[in-house]
Amino acid sequence: MIIQGLAFYMFAAITVAAGVMVISARNPVHSVLFLILAFFNSAGLFVLMGAEFLAMILVVVYVGAVAVLFMFVVMMLDISLAEMRAGFLQYLPLGAMIGFVLVMELGIIGGSWVIADNVDKNFVAPIVAMKTTNTEALGNMLYTHYVYYFQAAGMILLVAMIGAIVLTHRKRPDARKQNIGDQVSRHPSDTLEIKKVSSGSGV
Amino acid sequence: MENLLVEYLPILIFIGLAVGLAVIIPIASLIIVPQKPDAEKLSAYECGFDAFEDARIKFDVRFYLVAILFIIFDLEVAFLFPWAVSLGTIGVFGFWSMVVFLGILTVGFIYEWRKGALEWE
Amino acid sequence: MVEFWWTYIWPVIWILLQILAIVVPLLVGVAYLTYAERKVIAAMHLRRGPNVVGVYGLLQPIADGMKLFFKETVIPSGANRIVFVMAPMITFSLALVAWAVIPLGDGLVVADINVGILYLFAISSLGVYGVLMAGWASNSKYAFLGALRSAAQMVSYEISMGFIIITVLIVAGSLNLSDIVNAQKESVWFIIPLFPMAVIFFISTLAETNRHPFDLPEAEAELVAGYFVEYSSMTFALFFLGEYANMILMAGMTTILFFGGWLPPFDIAPFNWLPGPIWFIIKMCMLLFIFLWVRATFPRYRYDQLMRLGWKVFLPISLAAVVIVGGVVLAFDISPLANAAASK
Repeated sequence: MIIQGLAFYMFAAITVAAGVMVISARNPVHSVLFLILAFFNSAGLFVLMGAEFLAMILVVVYVGAVAVLFMFVVMMLDISLAEMRAGFLQYLPLGAMIGFVLVMELGIIGGSWVIADNVDKNFVAPIVAMKTTNTEALGNMLYTHYVYYFQAAGMILLVAMIGAIVLTHRKRPDARKQNIGDQVSRHPSDTLEIKKVSSGSGV
Repeated sequence: MENLLVEYLPILIFIGLAVGLAVIIPIASLIIVPQKPDAEKLSAYECGFDAFEDARIKFDVRFYLVAILFIIFDLEVAFLFPWAVSLGTIGVFGFWSMVVFLGILTVGFIYEWRKGALEWE
Repeated sequence: MVEFWWTYIWPVIWILLQILAIVVPLLVGVAYLTYAERKVIAAMHLRRGPNVVGVYGLLQPIADGMKLFFKETVIPSGANRIVFVMAPMITFSLALVAWAVIPLGDGLVVADINVGILYLFAISSLGVYGVLMAGWASNSKYAFLGALRSAAQMVSYEISMGFIIITVLIVAGSLNLSDIVNAQKESVWFIIPLFPMAVIFFISTLAETNRHPFDLPEAEAELVAGYFVEYSSMTFALFFLGEYANMILMAGMTTILFFGGWLPPFDIAPFNWLPGPIWFIIKMCMLLFIFLWVRATFPRYRYDQLMRLGWKVFLPISLAAVVIVGGVVLAFDISPLANAAASK
C-alpha cells in the first residue's frame, strides 16, 4: 500500500511537471518530448487504478501514433519561434477561459466529494469486483451494448481518413511509377526477337 | 487489484534499471576516455564537404499522410484487441458489429487506394 | 525491522536478481549475435569471418566492445545535445524493458501481466522515437533522411503486425503471453493453422527492426549509415546493442506467438527431457539464423516497393485474415473462451 501511494505521487508529480514543461519549453521538439513523458506517467496512473488495458492503449495510440505525428510536424517543419511567441498574447484570453472552465469542473468534482460524502462509492473503479480481466469486460460491452457508439467511432475514423487524403494528397503527373501488373504480365515474345545473324554481315 | 499491481512492480523496477544502465554506460565512457574535440571533428558529416545548409529542411507532405493513416489504422487495431479476446462471449452479433466497423474503414482504405495516396514515386 | 526486511526490501532484491538474470544473458547474447552474424555471413560468402581474437575469434565481440568504450564521444557542434544523447539511451532501454513480460518457461517470467502482448506491442511501437530523435538531433542530412525513411517504414509495418497479433489472439483467447503459449499446448502450435500470418509477421519483424532486405534507413550506399551517422563511441554502441536486442526480442515474440514458446515440438520422451527455457532459446536461435540468412541472400528493396508491400499487400491480407479467422472460429464454435466456459 505504501509503495502504491509513493508510485501515485511519483507519477502524478511527474505528469504535472511534464505538463508545465510542455507549455513552457522553448523548443517545440522538447515540448513534444515532455508531452510523451506526461502520457507515460498518465499510463502509470491508469495502471494504479487497475485499468491496465487503457494504460497500454494510451501508450500504443497516443505515444506510439499521435505523438509520432506531432514529432513529424514539429521536427520537420521549420517553425519560427518568434512567430509563435507573437501569437501568444492574441490567444491568451481564449486559453485562459478554457483553463478557467476546466479548473471549475475539477472544483465541482472535488467539491462534491467533500460536501456529499456518500458519493465516494462512485470513485471506486467497478472493475475490482469482477472476475474477468478488464480487456474482456470492455469487449463484452463495447461491441454489443454500445454498438451505435462503436459504429459512430468507425464513421469518425472514416471522415478523418478521407479528410487527411483530401487535404494533403496531390497528384504528380510527371512522376513515373512502377506498374507491377504490366511487369508481371510482360512476355518475352512481345519484346524480344531472336535473329540468326551470320557472321560478318551485321543485322 | 493488489495482485494486479504486484505484477506491475517488476516492470517499474525494470524500467528504472534499464534507464539507469543506458545512462551510466555512455557517461562512464565520456568520463574515463580523454576527449579532444576540435572544429573539424565536430562538424556534420557530409562526405568531407562543409555542410551546405541547415539539415532541418521541409520535406514531402506524404510522410505526414503516412503518419495520419497510421494513427487511424492503429486505432482500428486498438478496437480489435478487446474484440478478439471476448469474441466467444459476444457471439455472432459482436462479430457482425465488428465486420460493419471494419467495412466502413475498408471503404476509406479503398478510397485512398483509388486516389493513389498509397503510391510512392 | 525484520518484518520490514521481509515485506519490502527482500522482494525488491529478488525482483532485481530476476531482472539481472534476464539482462546479463541478453547482453551477452547480443554480443555473440554480432559474432554469429559475421561468422554465418562469412560462411555463406565462403570467407572465414573473425578468427584472430581468441579461439575461432570468439573474443571478437568483447574486443569490439572494449574498442568502442575507449573511443572519444563526438557530439557534433550543430547538434541538439540533450536529444542527441537521449536517442540511443531510449533505443537501448526500450529493447531491454520489453523483456519484462517474455515468459522463458512455464511461470518463468518477471512480470506476468494480463495484457502482456499489448505491452510488447506498445514497447515496439515506441522504437520509432530513438530513430526520429537521433535523425533530428544530429542536424545532418544523411541522418535526417535516414530517420524520415525509417519512421515511415516502421509505422507502416507495425499496422500489419498489429492485425496479425489480433488473429493469434482470436485463436488463443487471451492477452497474457503465458496463456497464449498454454493455448498452443492444448491444441497445436499456431504456425500450423496460421501459417500465412506467421510468414507475414516474420517479414514485418524484419522491416520493424530495419534489417535486410528492408535496411533502407541505413542503406550504406546512399545514406552512409542513416540515422546514426553522427554517433560514435558508446552512444553508437547503445544503438547497436538496442538494435540487436530488438532482433532477439522479435525472434522471442514470434516464438511465443507461433512456435509454442517453451513447449517441446512433441510432448514425448526424448523431447520433453530438455527444460522449457532451452527449447525457447533453441527456437529463437533458429529464427535469428533466418534473420542472418535473409541478410546474406536478398538484395535491398527500393523505397516505393517497400511501402507498396506494407500498405498494398500486407495490410489488406492481414485485415482480411482477421475477419476470416474470426468468422471460422465463430462458425465452427472453436472459440477458446466458449470452450473454457463449457469445461468449467
